[in-house]
Amino acid sequence: MTPYLDPSLAAASRRGFLGIAAGGLAYAAAPGHAQAEVSTNARIAILGAGAGGIAIANRLVERLDGARITLVDGKTEHWYQPGLTLIAAGLRPGDYARSQNASWLPRGVDWVQEYATEIDPEAQVVRTTGGQRLEYDYLIVSTGLVLDWDAVEGFDLDRVGPETGTGAHYAGPDAAVKTWAAMDAFTDRGGHALFSRPATEMKCAGAPIKYCFLTDDYLRRKGTRDGSHITYAAHSGILFGVPVINEKVVLIMRRQEVEVCHHHVLQSVDMDRKRATFRTQDGTTDIDYDFFNVIPPQRAPQVVRDSGLSWEERWTDQGWIEVDMHTLRHARYPNVFGIGDINGVPKGKTAASVKFHLPVVEDHLVAQIQGREGTLSYNGYTSCPLITRVGRAMLIEFDYQDNLVPSFPGIVAPLEELWISWLMKEVALKATYNAMLRGRA
Amino acid sequence: MEEFSVGTFLAVFEEMFGPWLFWAMVAVAALITVAYLYVLIRDHGMGMRRFLLAQLSMPIGAVAAVAFVMWITNSRMADIGGPIDWIVLLGVAVLGAGGFSILVYVAQSLIRGKREEDLI
Repeated sequence: MTPYLDPSLAAASRRGFLGIAAGGLAYAAAPGHAQAEVSTNARIAILGAGAGGIAIANRLVERLDGARITLVDGKTEHWYQPGLTLIAAGLRPGDYARSQNASWLPRGVDWVQEYATEIDPEAQVVRTTGGQRLEYDYLIVSTGLVLDWDAVEGFDLDRVGPETGTGAHYAGPDAAVKTWAAMDAFTDRGGHALFSRPATEMKCAGAPIKYCFLTDDYLRRKGTRDGSHITYAAHSGILFGVPVINEKVVLIMRRQEVEVCHHHVLQSVDMDRKRATFRTQDGTTDIDYDFFNVIPPQRAPQVVRDSGLSWEERWTDQGWIEVDMHTLRHARYPNVFGIGDINGVPKGKTAASVKFHLPVVEDHLVAQIQGREGTLSYNGYTSCPLITRVGRAMLIEFDYQDNLVPSFPGIVAPLEELWISWLMKEVALKATYNAMLRGRA
Repeated sequence: MEEFSVGTFLAVFEEMFGPWLFWAMVAVAALITVAYLYVLIRDHGMGMRRFLLAQLSMPIGAVAAVAFVMWITNSRMADIGGPIDWIVLLGVAVLGAGGFSILVYVAQSLIRGKREEDLI
């Protein structure tokens, strides 16, 4: 057993998150609000109404009696981001990923529909675009990250689609729909498909690989694979950060006849000439394409990077906040916690990570309010249903130490391409995600 | 901190189908089950001819259930990749066969009424 793994938490929760589609093979995890309410008049500010912000708001409303909880986010639409790959593969409409933040929020939370412009952790104040000054006793940073499209010279998000042969399925539901239009048109006729990932930390590092495999699958289904070529331009010397999973992905790439080139970092793209320029160890190289799914560098929002909450010596070009990797409490400001993509931890910017951040942050925050120490520890668990074609996926789950931590050991093999793993991705995950938003899973 | 809970299991299914559809399906399943029990008690036994037809209908229910699952999940039989996939597929087929046979039996019993010569 690893020192990080809390078996009761990890095993139960993984089954809760992933087990629903297995036809009753497992049960679901009980939410934290089964515990006794705690009376307090603490002022809690939550920055960001994404998966982490909404879910923790729901959990805290149930858990705390009398707390003044303020959620700060100017965005009214909520995106189920794990669905963007399915939209960009033509398997779901754009609306599949869309909902309204208001529909997820509980009563008792004050939602400030403005963006934060300044975070001052010394004075414990957040300022907003509307000029509001919000004082807090506890701060939860769940802003998510920003996609740095400007870092890809020549790229224009408005021009994504079949005309340019360019996709950008990370950008949101509309861009995912256009990406599908581009991929659909490309796979009708075939040609050269190009895939890459940024050199920064990124959300769901498996998604670029999934989309490569899905495009390969469509080419084969449409009978255009023989005359086509697929290139996966990896930013480093590996394809996936967990060694055993990397080896498996390498084998699948080889089997599917995907050419892999390493140490290629996207620098610019010429959308008219359909040419991508990569920085390599030897300088730069151009790759012409007929279809290219662009994924830009990813960073913390500027307001977070300006706040003093970021790591000072790590990820200095990205700005992830300096939290303890097990408690998710800020290293220098003990009344500040992080949930989700914004956390500067070694692994996992996924919805599954959010699911596991939630009980830990809730536990330590409530304990602090009560004047005691929290007990839960996050072991780095994250998961990625790595689609290898329409109808099959690998349910890969791992922790900080690169251990595979399968939810169903001996039943659902993590490195096998299985239909049941596809079912979990396609049918069960959104339902579980929604239940998580409501604080019920 | 976290424990297994039927409540959360139900919550996820509510999210999956929507609360109205989910509980409507539960209600329909419960209604058919109650109707099944009703005809068994009313008839003081099983009608073998009705049971025979119900059994003959099982493959239809099995195939329909598998086809439905394949359709809603964008899958094909070629996607079955390992032992657990076959087990799940078999489970779907068994559920479809069992559910449909009960439905057929109940429908016959309610439409035809009680027939003494058919009972054992």
